[in-house]
Amino acid sequence: MGEDYKQYEYDVIVIGAGGAGLRAAIEAARSGAKTAIITKSLLGKAHTVMAEGGCAAALQNADPRDDWKVHFHDTMKGSKWLANWRMAEFHAKEAPDRVRELEQWGAVFDRTTNNLINQRNFGGHTFPRLAHVGDATGLELIRTLQERGIHEGIDIFMEYTVRHLLKEGDRVTGCVAYTRVDGDFHAFSAKSVILATGGITRCWSVCSGSWEYTGDGHALALWAGAELRDMEFVQFHPTGMVWPPSVRGILVTEGVRGEGGRLTNSEGARFMFDYVPEMFASDHAETIEESDQWVEEVVSGKLATVRRPPELLTRDVVAKAINTEVKAGRGSPHGGAFLDISHRGKEAILKKLPSMHHQFKELAGVDISEEPMEVGPTAHYVMGGVLVNAETQETTIPGLFACGEVASGLHGANRLGGNSLSDLIVFGKRAGEFSANRSKDLAQPSIDDDQVQSAIKIMLEPFDNEGGENPGLIYDGMRDMMQAKVGIIRTKSELNDAIDDLKNFDDRRKACYPGSTRKYNSGWHQALDLKNMVDISYAATLAAITREESRGGHTRDDFPVPDDEYWGNTLNIIWMEEGEIKIRQEPIEEMREDLQKAINEVKSMIAERAAEAGGED
Amino acid sequence: MSLKGRTQEFLITRGEGESSKLEEYSLELDEGMVVLDCVHRIQYEQEPDLSVRWNCKAGKCGSCSAEINGKPRLMCMTRMSDVVAETPEGKPIEIRPMKAFPHIKDLVTDVSWNYEIAKKIKPINGPDEKNWEFNQIEADRVQQFRECIECFLCVNTCHVLRDHALFDDFAGPRNLVRLAQYEMHPLDTEDRIPEIKKEFGIEYCNITRCCTEVCPAGIQITDDAIIQLKERVVDRYYDPLQRIWRTLTRQKVRY
Repeated sequence: MGEDYKQYEYDVIVIGAGGAGLRAAIEAARSGAKTAIITKSLLGKAHTVMAEGGCAAALQNADPRDDWKVHFHDTMKGSKWLANWRMAEFHAKEAPDRVRELEQWGAVFDRTTNNLINQRNFGGHTFPRLAHVGDATGLELIRTLQERGIHEGIDIFMEYTVRHLLKEGDRVTGCVAYTRVDGDFHAFSAKSVILATGGITRCWSVCSGSWEYTGDGHALALWAGAELRDMEFVQFHPTGMVWPPSVRGILVTEGVRGEGGRLTNSEGARFMFDYVPEMFASDHAETIEESDQWVEEVVSGKLATVRRPPELLTRDVVAKAINTEVKAGRGSPHGGAFLDISHRGKEAILKKLPSMHHQFKELAGVDISEEPMEVGPTAHYVMGGVLVNAETQETTIPGLFACGEVASGLHGANRLGGNSLSDLIVFGKRAGEFSANRSKDLAQPSIDDDQVQSAIKIMLEPFDNEGGENPGLIYDGMRDMMQAKVGIIRTKSELNDAIDDLKNFDDRRKACYPGSTRKYNSGWHQALDLKNMVDISYAATLAAITREESRGGHTRDDFPVPDDEYWGNTLNIIWMEEGEIKIRQEPIEEMREDLQKAINEVKSMIAERAAEAGGED
Repeated sequence: MSLKGRTQEFLITRGEGESSKLEEYSLELDEGMVVLDCVHRIQYEQEPDLSVRWNCKAGKCGSCSAEINGKPRLMCMTRMSDVVAETPEGKPIEIRPMKAFPHIKDLVTDVSWNYEIAKKIKPINGPDEKNWEFNQIEADRVQQFRECIECFLCVNTCHVLRDHALFDDFAGPRNLVRLAQYEMHPLDTEDRIPEIKKEFGIEYCNITRCCTEVCPAGIQITDDAIIQLKERVVDRYYDPLQRIWRTLTRQKVRY
């Protein structure tokens, strides 16, 4: 009885083949585990290819004053002190070795004049820290891991989409997938499962994410009983394309500002000077002259002696500033701000920002070496995700691990640019290593036919709805709603409306009809994705309603300032119980003493630099 | 050219393999659309099960390769204003899948052959010590090849594969670019010249440059990758002086 499906047995199954998934699989295989990757796209196409600016690691090649403590401080400060400090510590200490390892696997990063890996400046990073390849660093990272990964004895299932995690008691023991090409079903027994599925930003209509960003791993974890944290924190990257409409949201790398790009409004004013928050006041330039001098120094390879331009404030700050300028009527013709890099000259732009030049030329008919770009905020990254153990990346459910964007903790309320690619390789490796070790003492779980059949039944439900709505329309409608009501600036009434709307979209989803074929049916894939998108949007909205303050990637119009007293030490935890998504608050753990000391050292160093640069009285 | 409000006819491949045929669709266009937007509009509003493979819609992942009015291109980077301008007035725009690969359904093809070849290529083999030292000029040479987004338009266009189907004898331009990337890496010590000649069949390429013309990443596939590799093969196998020198010194040729 029931549908046919194929069965497989592995020690470690990695779901997702972006940077985190590939790095995890390589480590698991090298630790002796029989490993498979299941990816819903072709190999090498995952969202990681879209990362542009670079990979943050305190290599000390571009500026010897950098070290892990400064990186740790910058990450914690950028997170508005909500990050898991243990993760931030591992990340800052291990990122340099992970980057050097990529070089040995074939990555060809841009070079310093001393023939080492070059590093560029980025928002929130005190020193130039991002290893990069022009503005296509993600492509370099994924291709390197892909070319390493295919020689590690890993089985790779391409264009398979996982829809269900198998469980035995409390433990995750495998998963169920369908193939995109044929619509066949497959059940995998695994001693450990690693979620490396990326993010959720396709839930917003103006986003920089690929179609894959439908919250698959977030939802699989939630449905399996794991806990999520920080779901209210969504990073709106300040610079996405705004025109023409069909490209709205496509990313414009922060590298443009790292290379000296200037933000102006319709009156020609460098408005970012007016938006420097108190906590960042000492480490940013106060005048255009100081800012220009900084650019001059860093592009000529010197150590900066003055402070950085305010365009390099953290992403949450810049995004909100652009939003405010547009609302005040000082926006560009298509509702953004101007971003100008033309003063760097064509040669430098073609070397350092080649894909930005190409992208604007091809899609918008704009030559960025001669004229400014129009840019505005775009949903880019979710800081929230599956709650994991800092050391092992295991979730609150035994046998289930998570790494990369689907995991959470490293970025708190706001992620620094460049800390994502380093997150993938640092915690991808950890997840691979610990999941493989954990698998060693376990027997191969058996595949429970009842669970598989019930998962398959749910997958086939859309085909029963003949005459129903096209899933594409529900998908578009839901994304527009999230953009309007759970966007960059939020209020209680709109968030409450969003909760009602999501229930409505859930009903529409259940009745939609994708056509009759199971063979590469884009509508069917979308109908299934909608289930995760609704649940994860609900989780993000619920968390946003609960956090009555503004912090990092969560801004409440009705609670415009941070509440350091309570929310500055408190996290939202989300889980699912009997089909219902629930929320509770938990205090954050006090930082270890030696790390607190490290933070204080870096703070004094920054204060000294500010005094020297600004000639402060 | 303003597209807003213009009604455009399309012919799109539907169905599987031999039984597939071109079906007609009509769509009202909007400003700034690319071809992939139109395919999505048709999927969302008319045909939910229309198969199309895509990921980033920003020209970075190389998933949405197709033949638009007979020309192999990325659907996400092909602006409708350009396609409308090149299509005779009143004629439909044709969108077909890549021809060189086995057809799956509608606009989707099976490109797995490229991945099988990639697996046969020996990975980089460099120093065990970390912090590799090489300069930007050395990096530049290799970085061009690493801009490949694996759209496989070059493979689709290469007549050795498209017209003669020599998939068992020739690695195709994409994987020759991969071989060039390793061979020209300043610190790689692996020798891949024998298989570039034999297994990967570089001599099948007769430099028609079709691959270079369609490369959306602008890689100089023919001049900078294939011809360079051909020269290394020639040096190794056909240069009599080099052969004598190698025999005498029992050395592998260093480049």
